[in-house]
Amino acid sequence: MERRIGRDLAIIVIAVMAYLAASLLIDNQYYQLMLALVPIWAIVGISWNLFSGYSGMVSFGHASFFGLGAYTVTLLMVKLDLSPWLGVPIGMGVGALAGALIGWPTFRLRGHYFALAMLAYPLALLYIFEWLGFQEVSLPMKRESAAAYMQFKDQRYYVGIALGMLVIAMAVALRIERSRFGLSLLAIKQNEPAAEAAGINTLAWKMKAIMVSGAMCAAVGGLYAVVLLVVTPPSVFGLLTSAQALIVTLFGGVATVWGPVVGSAILIPLAEILHAELGDKLPGIQGVVYGAAIVMVILLAPEGVVPRVRDAWRRRHARAEPATKSATPATTVGSSSRTVGDRVVLKVEGVSRAFGGLQAVQDVSFEVREGEVLGIIGPNGAGKTTLFNLMNGFIAPDAGRVVWAGEDLVGQRPNEICRRGLGRTFQVVRPFPRMTVLQNVVVGAFVAERDDEAAVALAGEALVRVGLGDRAQAPAAGLTNVELRLMELARALASRPRLLMLDETLAGLGSQEIERMLGVIDALARSGITVVIIEHTMQAMVRLADRLVVLDHGRLLAAGQPEAVTRNPAVIEAYLGKRWMKHAQR
Amino acid sequence: MDALILTENVLQALAAGILVGSVYGLMCVGLGLIYGVMRVINFAQGDFLMLGMYAALYLFTGLGLGAALGPYLGPAVATVLGAAILYVLGVVLHQTLLRRVTGIRVAGTESEGHYPQLILTLGISLILANAGLIVFGSMPQSIRTPLSASAWEIGPLVGQNLSVFLNKARSIAFLVSVVVALALFLFIARTRLGKTLRAAADNPEAATYMGIDVDAAYRVAFAIGVALTAIAGGMVATYYPFQPYVGLEFVIIMYAGVVLGGFGSIGGAFWGGLTIGLVQQLSTLVLPVQLQNAAIFVVFLVIVLVRPEGLFGRSAERI
Repeated sequence: MERRIGRDLAIIVIAVMAYLAASLLIDNQYYQLMLALVPIWAIVGISWNLFSGYSGMVSFGHASFFGLGAYTVTLLMVKLDLSPWLGVPIGMGVGALAGALIGWPTFRLRGHYFALAMLAYPLALLYIFEWLGFQEVSLPMKRESAAAYMQFKDQRYYVGIALGMLVIAMAVALRIERSRFGLSLLAIKQNEPAAEAAGINTLAWKMKAIMVSGAMCAAVGGLYAVVLLVVTPPSVFGLLTSAQALIVTLFGGVATVWGPVVGSAILIPLAEILHAELGDKLPGIQGVVYGAAIVMVILLAPEGVVPRVRDAWRRRHARAEPATKSATPATTVGSSSRTVGDRVVLKVEGVSRAFGGLQAVQDVSFEVREGEVLGIIGPNGAGKTTLFNLMNGFIAPDAGRVVWAGEDLVGQRPNEICRRGLGRTFQVVRPFPRMTVLQNVVVGAFVAERDDEAAVALAGEALVRVGLGDRAQAPAAGLTNVELRLMELARALASRPRLLMLDETLAGLGSQEIERMLGVIDALARSGITVVIIEHTMQAMVRLADRLVVLDHGRLLAAGQPEAVTRNPAVIEAYLGKRWMKHAQR
Repeated sequence: MDALILTENVLQALAAGILVGSVYGLMCVGLGLIYGVMRVINFAQGDFLMLGMYAALYLFTGLGLGAALGPYLGPAVATVLGAAILYVLGVVLHQTLLRRVTGIRVAGTESEGHYPQLILTLGISLILANAGLIVFGSMPQSIRTPLSASAWEIGPLVGQNLSVFLNKARSIAFLVSVVVALALFLFIARTRLGKTLRAAADNPEAATYMGIDVDAAYRVAFAIGVALTAIAGGMVATYYPFQPYVGLEFVIIMYAGVVLGGFGSIGGAFWGGLTIGLVQQLSTLVLPVQLQNAAIFVVFLVIVLVRPEGLFGRSAERI
């Protein structure tokens, strides 16, 4: 997306050719096997990385896919005399299917529960395969037409095949990383609700990721069976298989294309050589190496070897970026010059929602007219944010409807609602902190543009519109509060919304920053976007909004012109309490 | 007659389930305590169980406890001594490794902050299991006493044909587990240190303001959790042959029990473990032995997917 993958692919091919050339020089059978195992585990790592590394949902169960691939190839050859050349692609199908079957129920879980559930799948499979009588299945030796059955006397052929698969796997990883696929997964990892609200169909991406990952892992599992010629349930479904996938990736660098490759290239030879030298005296030495590697990485360099080295290299070559200051657009904010139509675009009808005994929103109805800025105000705890969450699909109302363009939005997922033209921001800013400002906004643009390049262009435009054009390449983690809020606004804007829901966009800003923000919102409204904004400070709202809706204790207290609403005794009472009523009315 | 045999089998499985399940309950309490206080899912808990088994075994044979104290008391004393060693190991591991990824700093962060802990304990688990293989060898062992092959007979109950046999080693394990679990509950509920642990678990930040050393509380909780599971391990060792990879067989049982009891609830963890024991033993009535463990995994998955807050949990906890 930002760079074409051609150059990276060329580097990969060169590196792989060099590796292959080096392996041709080695005659020792054991080292040849090891040379084949490095790309094999690198691919397992890449497959784990594609799912867990990018999406952040830690899988302890990739052995499921690996083992299913291995057994598919083996059993097809044993029972049906089918060559692994066909068995591996079939195994990929099995892996993808397993990914779907595992993902579908398990994606309901979050965090630890997800990780633990994933652990159970391969271990259950392990016992099931033992029970089925597949304790130890050997691949039949084919003396004639051995090559047609992927059997070679010279181990170096396997190195070649494994490297070929590695190139494909890395190309897939590059494609994913540089496309909306990878960026969507990263967005999910960093803030799933924000990704969903920005129009990313989080469930669909996660499903795709686990299916691609499962297919890739199954393919390499099949190759593993061919190389080792014998499959046992513990060797392919065991915990160490899942752990190795995770360990080579975390060691090398999570969510990087090269991470699993580098991790595998360091750890596999280390463990194998130690095993060969000391294995008879220290039988578990491999496991100790992997365990120690992962403990050290977590404690010393949690981001992994590749990012650590890359950062160090960049720091040495870094030039100080000139800090540019955005000029505050000096505009006069006022509702008078806007053109507000009479057409009602959004209708909230009798919406209610209770949490336990607390009636957070109770029978609230109002309309939003095309092109207007509608302010929703009310004291803390009045139910404003809950109302937004009901409108954009984060929570379902107990009763009532939200009608947008003649269609009831209730029951739709947030990403679908975003697709229909309702963008939103959050009271507590939800950036994707480890992405650049531009990437943050691009995530929002995917809904509006099918083409990735166009999405980037659209995101750039949105940044210019909010006055952050010069900060596009800055990491989001380094932004000031007002910049974060503007970035979030740009993200919502990049989905080409017809209606923007802004949740306390002014909260925590200084007076100059408020002016800057009001200017931006006003300009958006003038350009024809309908705005619904939550705020609890009256002053700014009276200037910005065409109409106000007042909530108190979950109920609609008043609605109408700002001047009328602010004189409404009920509103004053809600804000100030009964005691101050008299003073206020003087 | 068939009905009689069936009844006998069911009663037998029930009795075995309760005996074995209580030991599972104790190991679950260990894992649950660590999670409940530190919010760390300890992957290495199964390996601490394994170390508890070997510690008990070597103390039992090395100190000649079987001859000195007899088959009833000997293994129990060896187990408790072994647990003391594991307690020290727990303190050391917390001090050197876990402390760096847990504590106040992490407690407040979203789930991303918890992955390093999970992965760190995975690393510890791999090291312990494989170092165990190097040190102890792969030969299955057990704490051999005459009790593992003898039973108390309850009955005959109906007529002369129905009686339930309680394996003596399992029965002792059951008694020890129940007593230790009760002692822990009293400790948590009544003592000052127990209250400290609960405070640190409930709100580490507020606990700090109240003058509680949260790191120290975590250390104690971790070490006690390790020791409790080690006691369960020592008891299992009296009736079940084990090798260094045995932890993996039990770690899923523990997860299942803890999830079943509601993550974070220590009492629930015991009942969860007991339930898993019953499921495991009753499943032998209908399933082949090889699928016993698969059955546990399936039960575990069903629980996590259908009712992640646990059967005994009061409310769903979001982690």
